[in-house]
Amino acid sequence: MTIRQLSIFLENQAGTLQKVLELIKQAHIQIIACTIADTAEYGIFRIICREPDRACRELKEAGVAVAISDVFAVEMSNQPGGAADVVSHFSEAGVGITYMYAFLLDGRGILVFRTNQEELAREVVTRCGLRVLSADDLPL
Amino acid sequence: MIWNPNKECMSREQMRELQGKRLHKIVEYVYHNVPFYRHKLQEMDLSPSDIRTIDDIVKLPFTTKKDLRDNYPFGLQAAPQSEVIRIHASSGTTGNPTIVGYTRKDISIWSECMARSLTAYGVGREDIFSVSYGYGLFTGGLGAHNGVETVGASVVPASTGNTEKHARLIRDLGVTGIACTPSYALYLAETMERMGITRDQIKLRVGAFGAEPWTENMRKEIQDRLGLKGYNLYGLSEIMGPSVSYECEEQHGSHINEDHFFPEVIDPVTLEPLPAGQTGELVFTTLTKEGMPVLRYRTRDLCALLPGDCPCGRTNVRMSAIQGRTDDMLIIRGINVFPSQVESVVLTMEEFAPRYLLVVDRINNLDTLMVQVELRPEYFNATLDTPAAIDELEKRFADKLRSVLSINAKVQIKAPGTIERSQGKSVRVIDKRKLL
Repeated sequence: MTIRQLSIFLENQAGTLQKVLELIKQAHIQIIACTIADTAEYGIFRIICREPDRACRELKEAGVAVAISDVFAVEMSNQPGGAADVVSHFSEAGVGITYMYAFLLDGRGILVFRTNQEELAREVVTRCGLRVLSADDLPL
Repeated sequence: MIWNPNKECMSREQMRELQGKRLHKIVEYVYHNVPFYRHKLQEMDLSPSDIRTIDDIVKLPFTTKKDLRDNYPFGLQAAPQSEVIRIHASSGTTGNPTIVGYTRKDISIWSECMARSLTAYGVGREDIFSVSYGYGLFTGGLGAHNGVETVGASVVPASTGNTEKHARLIRDLGVTGIACTPSYALYLAETMERMGITRDQIKLRVGAFGAEPWTENMRKEIQDRLGLKGYNLYGLSEIMGPSVSYECEEQHGSHINEDHFFPEVIDPVTLEPLPAGQTGELVFTTLTKEGMPVLRYRTRDLCALLPGDCPCGRTNVRMSAIQGRTDDMLIIRGINVFPSQVESVVLTMEEFAPRYLLVVDRINNLDTLMVQVELRPEYFNATLDTPAAIDELEKRFADKLRSVLSINAKVQIKAPGTIERSQGKSVRVIDKRKLL
């Protein structure tokens, strides 16, 4: 029901992002979506990619602070209000969204997010019949 | 004015005779009351009867901060607990603070020494005097407080913090004197300027500044901005607290209350005493202390004893300004901080590599401490991958640091491998204040 996401701790300094991207490139892993949560001193670089476990291993070996977490990737309608409709299901159930970003996959809008109540969020997905992406849905 | 001309203006011969008598007495006292010293003297085949004149002091063993720490909490206390009326504590290098118990007589001598200092600064009964050292375990606040009461001035126990309220009190009460750290004096000046309190609205004329190193430039700046004359006040809790030595109106070195605290300056490597005028490590022996007397305590402060007479009429010896430390102790906002204290906290946090960097700076006249630590890649996991979680980790670390250091430190978490590895002597401190 969830997909794997890489989170990487990056200091705010020229070159730190480049170093990580270069490592992913050398591993021949394609990034499908990404975002950076920025603070005054550091950023958390979040990535959806193919073979996240291998990517994680390669980065770890290079001494990068990287973690894998499970996030929801929910398909939304390509119309005004698409995101609002998806999020409303969770809000109504009292599930908080910790962070969120979005990308397009074959013309379909995908909302990626983490919640503060994983179990309840899973129930919402099932109950409301939301279409969630799994690892197999990601392009090679 | 001189508070106690009998003691402050004694002839050198009389002083040395008095010091010799007191040294004999204190050695006898610790021999019978402090097993630590008894064993040390026995090991050196010394008995109290071998110590007759002040020149015999060189036979005695040294005492170090480590000895105080190893005997935590009351191992070096000579007086029975029933005679101890106050206990102060100062930060130690790792873990244990240094505990110092004072008898009623100790407090009375301390007050006398502080009164000598204040009188040398020109403080008298008519003054309204604000004590803005921290009141509490730190000796600064209560030590200065007792002295002001002894002199008979009106003490305003302002302590630290709430600077705006303090600034208003200084204006409204017509406060004439203040004791605080030099950096707090500058911060106070700035606060007053921000509040629109001008020099002609305040009556400050005397400042007793100590507990941290300061420069002549700082003195000038404080004097210009607050319209007072700033005097040095030196002390350390292991010996007594503030007023171990004090400047007179000549402001050429600080007179040591040497009838109570006998000073020596030694070569920190060979431990041999150095002649007057040469810079070395300052060593004190408490000649009259009952609670926790110490023999030849190595302060780690570097300075020289100044030869010659002082035009002020006082004959007690003067010490130069502190020119540095023989260890890596930092003084931040008047509080002693050792890098090893930070290290001990870093080692309790499994999320961090055992590497750290202290960055000390002075911003808007207030010392700041930032501690940089490195995240261990294997501890960066799914529960730590949000800024909120990283902030929480920073806060947890900062709280631990505060409980050990007694000051607030800003924490910065760095990516793995970004803090320089130690090669030989590692750079663990960057002090941007350039005080010495």
